[in-house]
Amino acid sequence: MAYAAGVDVGSTQTKAIIINEAREIVGRSLIDTGANVVLAAENAYDEALKNSAIQEEEVEYVIGTGYGRYRVTFGNAQVTEISCHARGASHMFPNTKTVLDMGGQDTKAIRVSPNGEVLDFCMNDKCAAGTGRFLGAAAAALDIPLSELGSVAMQSERPVKISTTCTVFAESEVLSWLGKGKKIEDILWGVHLSIASRSVGLLRRVGIEEELTFTGGVTKNPGVIKALEQAIGFKLNISDDSHYIGALGAALFAFDHIVSSRAPSSAKEAA
Amino acid sequence: MTEDKKGDIVGRGNVEGANLFREWFAELTDAAKNNQGAAYVFVMGSMAELLKTFDFPLVFPEITALQTAVRRVADEYLTVAEDYGYSPDICGYVKADIGVHLREREHPMGKIPKPSLTVLTNACNTYVKWAEIWERMYGIPVFVLDVPATREAGGQFQPGSSDFARDCKYVEAQIRELITLCENISGKKFDIDRLRETLAYANDMNVGWKRVLELNKSKPSLFNALTDGTAYLGVSNNFRGTKEGSQYFKNLVEEMEYKAARGIGTQTEEKYRLAFVGVPCYPIFRRFSEMFTQWGGAFVHSTYLNFASGGANMGFEYDVNRPIESLAEGALISIRDAMDSMFHHDRMIIKMVKDYELDGVIYHPIKSCRTVSTGLADGRRAMMAATDTPSLFIESDMMDKRVVSEAQMKNRADAFFEGLASRRLTAAKTA
Repeated sequence: MAYAAGVDVGSTQTKAIIINEAREIVGRSLIDTGANVVLAAENAYDEALKNSAIQEEEVEYVIGTGYGRYRVTFGNAQVTEISCHARGASHMFPNTKTVLDMGGQDTKAIRVSPNGEVLDFCMNDKCAAGTGRFLGAAAAALDIPLSELGSVAMQSERPVKISTTCTVFAESEVLSWLGKGKKIEDILWGVHLSIASRSVGLLRRVGIEEELTFTGGVTKNPGVIKALEQAIGFKLNISDDSHYIGALGAALFAFDHIVSSRAPSSAKEAA
Repeated sequence: MTEDKKGDIVGRGNVEGANLFREWFAELTDAAKNNQGAAYVFVMGSMAELLKTFDFPLVFPEITALQTAVRRVADEYLTVAEDYGYSPDICGYVKADIGVHLREREHPMGKIPKPSLTVLTNACNTYVKWAEIWERMYGIPVFVLDVPATREAGGQFQPGSSDFARDCKYVEAQIRELITLCENISGKKFDIDRLRETLAYANDMNVGWKRVLELNKSKPSLFNALTDGTAYLGVSNNFRGTKEGSQYFKNLVEEMEYKAARGIGTQTEEKYRLAFVGVPCYPIFRRFSEMFTQWGGAFVHSTYLNFASGGANMGFEYDVNRPIESLAEGALISIRDAMDSMFHHDRMIIKMVKDYELDGVIYHPIKSCRTVSTGLADGRRAMMAATDTPSLFIESDMMDKRVVSEAQMKNRADAFFEGLASRRLTAAKTA
């Protein structure tokens, strides 16, 4: 049995996935990236190996992705997270036509072909507005754990309008709404609506088509999912492994390499 | 041409271009030292052919500004202008230029002379506001050449029509006013024979520029339209209407024909042929190009080579027997084409996809130039609707490194090439 791995080094968290020949996930891990990117990649990979009870020697090919992909020093190759999220999303949800990946510091809208190729993509530009960092700033200002942000926000009845598009200024705007006596849930829901609005703007640039698969760390937030579904008017594809889709895509590319290296030389040339 | 001449001819355009560029700055420095007033002009409609006849040194503030970015000191000049009160959101060229003036016109490549007058066109909507700053600083006249019928791509009046003749008359009347202004400022009488001479030199340049651009249809492409092309462009502006400029373009055509005949390209393996739309990212000029060349991407054309040459790509040839009338015709045809290259690039790119066998198109909207950037999203959509050509939208700036995020740009470029490779693989499998 051959195995392949993908390691997605994101700005906030590092994810590792190991798959078998049937392209099934057999090991996974998720850790905070921290300041040492090389170590984060190593630790995430070690954890995934332990989780799968597979020996490192059994993994034939490893691909690094994410902003720290070139720091996956044990990896055999690198692929951008844009290609990896497209590939992973199409594998997990084969009818995917659009992908929205929302991570710690960037949000990507990707239009994909039926076989998971990137047809077009668009990202937030040099600014973390509309990303997980924006939610983090609001959570810090209101002293609410990130994991509870969505559920608190969904209790809102009269959301405020968050006008800033700057993550730094979001904190001061949140505080100014508090000063005006607005309820925490109304402020938070305003933050979620603001994020959804910016994400839909990115999606429109590449074209929104069903099915839309939502990936990345922010998929853990039910408030963002609700706000996005309200904005686009249909259900998003989400799974418990949505957070790992970038790493999964990298592992799938790694397996492609294993398969092509086994192919007869004439077939390899064609590839 | 024999093979043993290869060492002399391949790369000659870059070497000679760099030498001429240094000469141009040396002349400007001499003029500044001698307190000689210059004509401040712009790349889209410099009227160099006429101004040269009055011996004005020509300052191209767009070029002196971008040189501060290429030399990685733009931030110093931008900061001087912003500290003075200019907004971070206005044209980076304007701010770098103002920074140069606020530093007594000291520039990394020499000293810039004071202006005696400025001549501009309506090709860029910032030109006139920029010129008004010098007007306030130095009390100089600002001459605006209004070029009509410029915003209707594909529908402009063409030579032979009465409408075209009327538009030419309108431009010609303005040129005659400019002649009078130049006579008054320089104290020299207009010499029509000198105009015939500069027009003849400009003809060599126009014909040469058009030929050089066409020769890059060769496979492999002969020059990098983003880096080499910009060097050639510098000569086409600074030496317009001169003997040196004429000879440079004759030599450049010879170099490109030599390379075309021998299949000498810019890369070991040209994998993807690309067109560039917009203004280059000067703060990381070489590295920007390398983000693409390292994947085997070759820039075979750029809309910049059209609009920033003032439409010299049209190859217009002046009739030296009726110089003023013909200068008006050339200005009308070339400058409005320069505008089309900015505002209606979709038509040009759609044609280039076929003519230059493009694999991809790179759109580069920049924060501090609305004129060039505003319509890029529309143009891209039109191009994608008309052709099945992948494109990349990659945002940064022409001058301001604070808004150039190299890691993010590289990520986008890498993803774009992964997509191109995957697309090619799929096509090979289904073929």
